[in-house]
Amino acid sequence: MSLAQHLPALQVVLPLISAPLAVLLRRGGLAFVIVTSAAWTAFAIAITLWLQVDTGGTISYHIGNWEPPWGIEYRIDRLNSFVLVLVSGMAAVVLPYSRASIEREIPRESHYLFYAMLGLCFTGLLGITITGDAFNLFVFLEISSLSTYVLIALGRDRRALTASYQYLIMGSIGATFIVIAIGFLYLMTGTLNLADMANNLSAIKSTRPVLVALAFFTVGVSLKAALFPLHQWLPNAYTYAPSAVTALLAATATKVSLYALIRFYFTIFGDSLVFDKLPLPEIMLLLSLFAMFVANFVAIFQTNLKRLFAYSSVGQIGYITLGLSFDSVHGLAASIMHLFNHGIAKGGIFLLVGGIVATLTTRQGIPPAPTFERLAGLAKQMPITCFGIVIGGLSLIGVPGTAGFISKWYLILAAMEKGQWWLVGAILLSSLLAIAYVWRFVEVAYFRAQPVDQVSRGEASLSLLIPAWLLITATIWFGFDTSFTVGSALDAAHQLMRSAR
Amino acid sequence: MSNSLVLHPAFVLIVSALALSVMRGKGRNAVILLAPIFAMIALWLLPEGKLWEVDWLDYHLTPLAVDKLSRLFASIFALMTFAGGLFALRRNSRLEIPAAFLYAGAAIGVVLAGDLVTVFVFWEIMAVGSTLVIWSANTTSAWKASLRYAMIHLAGGVVLFAGVTGHLLATGDATFSRMQPDSIAHWLILVGFLINAGAPPLSAWLPDAYPSASWSGMVFLSAFTTKTAVYVLLRGFPGTELLIWVGLFMVFYGIVFALLENDMRRILAYSIVNQVGFMVVGIGIGTELALNGAAAHAFTHIIYKALLLMSAGAVLAATGRSKCSELGGLFHSMPLTTICGTIGALSISSFPLTSGFISKSMISQAAADGHLQTVWLLLAAASAGVFLHAGIKFPWFVFFQKDSGLRPSDPPASMRWAMLLFAFLCVALGVWPEELYALLPYPVDYVPYTAAHVVTQLQLLLFSGLAFFVMLDYLKRTPTITLDVDWFWRVAYPSAARQAAAHWENLCARVTADVSVKAVTVRSFIARHRQPDGLLVRSWPTRSMAMWVMVMLLAYLFLYYLGR
Repeated sequence: MSLAQHLPALQVVLPLISAPLAVLLRRGGLAFVIVTSAAWTAFAIAITLWLQVDTGGTISYHIGNWEPPWGIEYRIDRLNSFVLVLVSGMAAVVLPYSRASIEREIPRESHYLFYAMLGLCFTGLLGITITGDAFNLFVFLEISSLSTYVLIALGRDRRALTASYQYLIMGSIGATFIVIAIGFLYLMTGTLNLADMANNLSAIKSTRPVLVALAFFTVGVSLKAALFPLHQWLPNAYTYAPSAVTALLAATATKVSLYALIRFYFTIFGDSLVFDKLPLPEIMLLLSLFAMFVANFVAIFQTNLKRLFAYSSVGQIGYITLGLSFDSVHGLAASIMHLFNHGIAKGGIFLLVGGIVATLTTRQGIPPAPTFERLAGLAKQMPITCFGIVIGGLSLIGVPGTAGFISKWYLILAAMEKGQWWLVGAILLSSLLAIAYVWRFVEVAYFRAQPVDQVSRGEASLSLLIPAWLLITATIWFGFDTSFTVGSALDAAHQLMRSAR
Repeated sequence: MSNSLVLHPAFVLIVSALALSVMRGKGRNAVILLAPIFAMIALWLLPEGKLWEVDWLDYHLTPLAVDKLSRLFASIFALMTFAGGLFALRRNSRLEIPAAFLYAGAAIGVVLAGDLVTVFVFWEIMAVGSTLVIWSANTTSAWKASLRYAMIHLAGGVVLFAGVTGHLLATGDATFSRMQPDSIAHWLILVGFLINAGAPPLSAWLPDAYPSASWSGMVFLSAFTTKTAVYVLLRGFPGTELLIWVGLFMVFYGIVFALLENDMRRILAYSIVNQVGFMVVGIGIGTELALNGAAAHAFTHIIYKALLLMSAGAVLAATGRSKCSELGGLFHSMPLTTICGTIGALSISSFPLTSGFISKSMISQAAADGHLQTVWLLLAAASAGVFLHAGIKFPWFVFFQKDSGLRPSDPPASMRWAMLLFAFLCVALGVWPEELYALLPYPVDYVPYTAAHVVTQLQLLLFSGLAFFVMLDYLKRTPTITLDVDWFWRVAYPSAARQAAAHWENLCARVTADVSVKAVTVRSFIARHRQPDGLLVRSWPTRSMAMWVMVMLLAYLFLYYLGR
C-alpha cells in the first residue's frame, strides 16, 4: 500500500508523534520546528483528503487492517474533511505566530512543553473529527481537553490557573457525560463503530436508554461547545490563556465539539428522533436566541478586549446552533459554514489582540490585560492591527463582503424557508448588538485621545502580523469566493440530511 | 478576466484614495491629478459588454459591465474627480481628498455595475465616502450634519438592501435591468434610489448636509450622489410615470426654497434638487429623446454646478462668509471668479451657447413631443424660476449689488485653472453640442439651435430677468436660516424627544415615589452591573456552573420522558 492510502492515519499520527518528540528534545527552538512542520504537513494532508473526498466520495480507513465494526475505522466524508481543513489550517497559522507571542507570555524554560501541548491539543481535535469510532472519539476528546487545561494554565496571569481549574472541572463533567452516553449506546447496540451503531439503533430508537444517552450527550457536548447557559467557563479561559492559545481554542475547540454534536444528531440518532419526536429543536432555538442576545449584550459591557470577544464567541455559537435547530439543508449548511467563517474571523481577531498584548509594557514580567483604558488612541500607533480587528469585527457583524455575511445570509434564507420571519428580525437585531461591541473598540481605538503618560509603542512585529492578516484576508476572500465554504457546507448538509432520513 | 479587474476605473480611484491617505507633498499632488486621468484612460480602454463576471452564492454577478450610458456617466465622474481634485489641491485637510476619491470611485463603481448586489455594495461605500467628505470640514455643525446625513443614507441603504434581497428571492436573477414598480421589492428599490436623488419627502437632507462641507468638499458632493441616483433611475425605472410628478415637485421645491434662502451655498444646494428634478422628469417621460435629455443634462449639470460651487467656494475661502446679505461687490477684486461664476449661472439658466441650453431643452422638447402640455408648461415656468434663483440671484448678490467693502483677491492658480477648465467646457458644450450628443445612449436627431428654440428661451430669460430687478426689494434676503422638511429632525423630533423625556421623568418620579424604592430604571441597573462584581461582568463560581449542568440534564431528561 502506498503512502497516499495511509493519509487518514497520518493526519493524526504525525502530530501525535511530534508532541513526545518535542518533550524529548527539551529545546524550545527544536520543539517549535518539529511541531510546526507536523502542523503544516497535517494541513497539507487535510487539503489532500478534502480533494480526495471531493472527487472520490467518502473514504473509509481501517486502522491496522481490522475490519469495522471490530477495528477502529476512520471515516472521512464531506463534513469532517471540511472541519479537518479548518482545524489543521488554524494550527498551521497559529504555530508560527506562537513563537514570537509566547516569548513574553510563557517562561522560556517551559516553551518546549507549550509546543508539545499545542501538538497534543490539535492532535486531539483532528482525532475527534476524523474518527468513526465512538470510544476513540472520547479518547481524543480527553487528549485535547487535558492539553487545553495545561495550555490555559501556562498563562502568566494568576487568574489563568483558576480559569484552567474551572475549565478542568467543567470539562471533566462534560467528558463524563459523554462517556456515559457512549456507554448507554454501547449497551444498547453492542458496537462502538458509529456507522454500525446508527444501523443497530434504528430499530430501538425510542427506548429509554437511548433517550438518556441523547440527553447526556447533548448536555456533555453543549458544555464543551460552550452553548448557552453552559458557557461560563469560556470567558475566563479565553481571557487568561496565552494569546496564541486563545486564538487556537476560539477557532477550533468549540467548533470541533459542535461538529461532534452534528455528527451524533444526524448520523447516529437520526433527525427523526432528535427533531421530530422530541422538543429538541424548540429548546435549541430558545437557547440559541438567548446566546445571541444575552452573550452579545454582555459583550458590549466588557472592559477587557479579550473578554469582549470571548462573549462574542458565545453569541456566535448561538448562530451555529440556531442553524441546526431548523433541521433543513440550508440551516445545516449555514451552521457548517459559520463554523468555518466564524473560526477564521475570530482566530484572526484574537491573533491581532495578541499582537496588542505583546506591545503593552509588562509589569514584573507579566503582560497586562488589554483593557479599554490601555487601548485609547491605539489606532495611531498600531494602524494595521486596529484595521484588521475592525475587518474581523465587520465579519462578526455580518457585513456584505466578509465571510460572516455569507453564513448569516444562509441562516436568513433558512429562516425564510421555514416562514419564520420574526427569526429573520431576531438575527438582524442581534447583529445590531454586534455592531455595538465592535463600535466600542472603534470608538476607543480611533476616537479617544491617547493618555498623556503612555509610552508610545509601535506596530506589532511582522511575525505576529503576518499570520493574523492571513486569517483576516481569508475572511474577506471567503466573503467573495464562496465555492469552497458554501460548496462544502451544502454538500455536507445534503449528505447528512440524506443519511438522517 | 483578471486583466480588466486590474483596470477597473473604480478600483483605480479607490486604491489611489487609500494611497493618498498616507501620502504628503508633491507625490500626493501628482497622484491627485494623475489618478482621475488614469481612471479615465482605463475607462475608455474597456470594450462594451459584460467584462467581469463572478458567481457569488447562487447568483451570477457582473461587477463590471460597460455600455454607452454607463460610459457617459463614468466619464463625467472621472472628469469631475480631476477638476475637483485640482480645485481642492491646496485645501489643508488630510482626509478630504482621500474621502472624495473613495466617494468618486464608488460612484463610478455603481455606474459600471451590471448587477444589483454590486450596485448596493458601492452604494454603501459612496455613503461612507460622502459622509467623510462632509466630516472633513472639521466644524461642529459639519459633524452634526454628517451624522444626520449618514443616518438618512444608511436608512436609504437598508431600504435598498431589503428591495434587492426581495428581488433576488423572487427572481433569482441579480442582473440590473429595467424594472417596474409592481412588487414590494421593486418599490423598495425605487424608494432607495429616490432617497439619494433628493426626492420628496426627504429632499431636505441635501441642502442640510452639503453646505456644511468645506469650500472644496461641496464641489465633490454636488456631483456624485444625486447623479448616480439619476443613473440608476435611468437604467432601472425609465418611463415610470410617477417620476414625472416626483420630478416636478423637486423642480419647484428647489426654486421656492432657493428664492427664500440667504446662504449662497444653500441656494446652490436647493438648485441641485431643482436640476435633478428636471432629470427625473425626463426619466419619467421615458421616450428616447427624454432619456437622452436626462443623461445629457446630468452631464452638463455636473460641470456647471461644480463651476458655480467652485466660484462660491473661492468666495468662501477668501472671505469666510457665505451669506448673501454680507457679500457683494466682489467683482472689483475677483474678476476671474466673477466671470466663471457668471458663465456657470448662464449655463444653469440654459442661456443659448452654454451647456445648459443644449441639454435641458431636450427634456422640454420630449414633453412637447409626448403631448404632455401641463408638464411642458410647468417646465417652461420652472426654467424662468431657475434663472431667477440661480442665474441672477447668485451672481448678483455675491459679486455685484451693493459694495460690501470686501476686497479679496482671486484664488490661487490651482483653483483658477479648475474654474477655467469647467467654464471652458460650459461654453464649448454649448457651442459644439454634437460631441456630447455622440456619447448619449440613443441616437440623437435633435437640433437645439433652431430659431424658435433660441427666441423662446431668450424671451423667457429676458422677462424673468426683468421680473428679478422689478421685485429686487422683495428678494433681498435677511440674515436667516430657512428650515423646511428638515425642521422635523432639527426641531420637531428633538423637542418632541425632550418633551417625551420630561414626561417620562415625571412618570418615573411618580412611579418611584408611589410604588417603592425598589423600582430602578434600566439605566441604573446596567450601570450597577457593569461594576467588576456586577451580573454582567463577574465570573461565575464553579458550583453555579455545575448546577446549570445539572439543571440542563434534568430538563432534557424530563422533557424526553414527557415527549416519548
